[in-house]
Amino acid sequence: MSKLKFGFYWAASCGGCEIAVLDMDEALLEVLDVADVVFWPVAMDIKYKDVEAMEDGYMDVVFFNGAVRNSEQEHLAKLLRKKAKYMVAFGSCAYTGGIPGLANVSNREEIFDVVYLKSPSTVNPKKIVPRTEVEVPEGELTLPVFYDVVKPLDRVVDVDYYLPGCPPPSSLVLDAVRVIASGQLPAKGSVLAPELSVCDECPRKKENKQITEIKRIVDHTPDPDKCLLEQGFICMGPATRGGCGARCINANMPCTGCGGPCPGAIEQGSAMISALSTILGLAAEKEEGFDFEELLTQLKDPVGTFYKYSLAGSIINRKVKR
Amino acid sequence: MKIVTIDPITRLEGHGKIDIFLNEDGNVENAYLQIPELRGFERFCEGRKAEDMPIITPRICGVCPVAHHLASTKTLDAAYGVEPTETASKLRELMNCGYFIYDHTLHFYFLAAPDFVVGPDAPPSERNIFGVLKKVGLDVGREIIKHRAYGQRITETFGGKATHPTCGVPGGISKGLNEEERQSIEDMARSSVEFAKFSLGIFNDVVLSNQDYVDLILSDPYQLKTYNMGIVDDNNHVNFYGGDIRVTDQQGKEYVKFGEQDYLDHVCEHVEPWTYSKFTYLKDVGWDGFTDGPRSGVFRVGPLGRLNAADGMATPQADEEYKRMYKTLGGRPIQSTLAFHWARLVELLYAAERAVELATDPGITGTDLRNPVGEPGEGVGVVEAARGTLIHHYKLDQEGIIKKVNLVVATTMNYADICMSIRDAAKGLIKDNNVNEGLLNMVEMAFRAYDPCFGCSTHSLPGEAPLKVNIYDYRKRLIETVQRG
Repeated sequence: MSKLKFGFYWAASCGGCEIAVLDMDEALLEVLDVADVVFWPVAMDIKYKDVEAMEDGYMDVVFFNGAVRNSEQEHLAKLLRKKAKYMVAFGSCAYTGGIPGLANVSNREEIFDVVYLKSPSTVNPKKIVPRTEVEVPEGELTLPVFYDVVKPLDRVVDVDYYLPGCPPPSSLVLDAVRVIASGQLPAKGSVLAPELSVCDECPRKKENKQITEIKRIVDHTPDPDKCLLEQGFICMGPATRGGCGARCINANMPCTGCGGPCPGAIEQGSAMISALSTILGLAAEKEEGFDFEELLTQLKDPVGTFYKYSLAGSIINRKVKR
Repeated sequence: MKIVTIDPITRLEGHGKIDIFLNEDGNVENAYLQIPELRGFERFCEGRKAEDMPIITPRICGVCPVAHHLASTKTLDAAYGVEPTETASKLRELMNCGYFIYDHTLHFYFLAAPDFVVGPDAPPSERNIFGVLKKVGLDVGREIIKHRAYGQRITETFGGKATHPTCGVPGGISKGLNEEERQSIEDMARSSVEFAKFSLGIFNDVVLSNQDYVDLILSDPYQLKTYNMGIVDDNNHVNFYGGDIRVTDQQGKEYVKFGEQDYLDHVCEHVEPWTYSKFTYLKDVGWDGFTDGPRSGVFRVGPLGRLNAADGMATPQADEEYKRMYKTLGGRPIQSTLAFHWARLVELLYAAERAVELATDPGITGTDLRNPVGEPGEGVGVVEAARGTLIHHYKLDQEGIIKKVNLVVATTMNYADICMSIRDAAKGLIKDNNVNEGLLNMVEMAFRAYDPCFGCSTHSLPGEAPLKVNIYDYRKRLIETVQRG
């Protein structure tokens, strides 16, 4: 069998997904046994011209990480889609927008205002902000224009598979490569991760499914053996897909949801709100003088808590500006 | 009509665009490095819970998430007026050492070595880590892969994930070490000391024993006479986790030393309309455009900046290597951009030695992991990232919700230097309209030395574009396309 051809690309991302590929460590050599990497800007001097010259479908798989924010990324997403037999949305940003998708709560002007005009370390008496076309003494310089919102990859091109996580655990990356190499591909649209929630992988004791108080990590240290949610910490485990081995929870910190929606859920944030609403104040609500509103005020920043990685990919995915 | 394009520039973290303008004689008039991407962290962190910041800000950069995680956690310490416990401070510093072992190994072997081990004008298809592995052999290759991984494992042991860690809380850390974990970290750290020495040996054999490379390091296009900055301990030795911030001048003398909380008195940022990243400079000296020398407030950070800003290394073997480097290249400060690579390996040795010290510290397995926090307020946190000094600054409201965020990151601090280094390399290497692939790669080497992270420098709004080099003639027309591969 001839070797497969892989491409890796990053759009609006942090580079952590590239590191997840390297974190396969020696297994990377196994990947190189079954596939040639023909495009990978972080590591190889292969240029866009070379990609454009490829025949359509030349690459077997393109692993595309990062969300789509500007026209150049959209162009690259479309180009790579054409050159690839299979397109994998790699990591939270490509899958659901990721943490940078939280920028959808504001707009370009607000960001410019904070970064270039109001930042306490910035000296800018002429109130200069970057422009898309600028005359310099030697000629003209141009900058790309940004879309007003962050989009997950599948809102721009057709996506075959999703590899969740911020970044995806290297074991899942390796599993994905092995499945692809075996030719036994799952149904289109599949998420290449176990059909589990993080709770299913969590070793903690769950015994008392109700919450009477919402606690914050900044004020409290969790008991390392008991379910975090039952202790009152907002742990995204019930609404989040597993496959990560509950590593954050094992560091005695709540799951923040990087694995994306758990199997069966359309939307991670609403799945968590639904899970929480079944146990929040469950026993206490029967008591006299119970104030549910008061309990809710203990819940800070619902968007950043329930939609930390998935705002851009959710049904309500941006702030509407008038 | 010809157009010069390098699209995208490669073997760095992030994206950028270079425009090179030629005059009538076909020589370089000026060059611009544009950062065409921007993300929204300062804005969209407003309204988040304080304790989410060490989770959110590592996503500025997946290559240096530990540095952001620790800077953010230290900022929360300051904002809540709480000192971390002794054990927590040691564990955090140990985590930063693990991160330096991983990141410096990554840069030297995966991003930079292709230029030295494979060759600056080797065929582009071989100028990558796979080419390096072919050259050094699979056994050495396994050592490289193993030790990069060791750095990650050290972080992971108590950080949850290496990319992105989760353990930092104001006043401490969420997880401690047991004896078994400690022993495993000690073993990895000891092995990393040997690996760092081996790497310095490779640098010696491949780079310093080759007169062409030494000439290249010392050649004019790669020199820059700027101020230097880095965190130092009480003995003015390099420290990655905390201390005072020290700035030295063009002669290597101390210019100023200040505490983390006072950064606004010393560090400013300048805005240009043709790029989304800002330019950092020394407030007292002022912004004097893209110039070096004592009247320009531009300074360098990162491995060479740190070593130039310090009087030595705090561990014995790294200090020996520090002295050997300055002796070989003519004393402190070293102005050659390409010496960043050597400085990086000296730091790799320091990180490994310091990791051994911390892993064998009897207090490292302590159970005093957290101190209770005080009232939320305002704070600054500074650490060294692999590529330079990193500053976080938050204002919290009384409920511990983020009101304001300011981030001054390493690559922003080096941005003016990188622009000048690219301009000078282009001026020195491109003559009489003569442009070829090898020369353009040598222009790329001018920024690669800094290990820039354009992901970090562009934390201000999501969206990015490829780095692209356009060369214009004196009529402002694009004149040449050199594409590689």
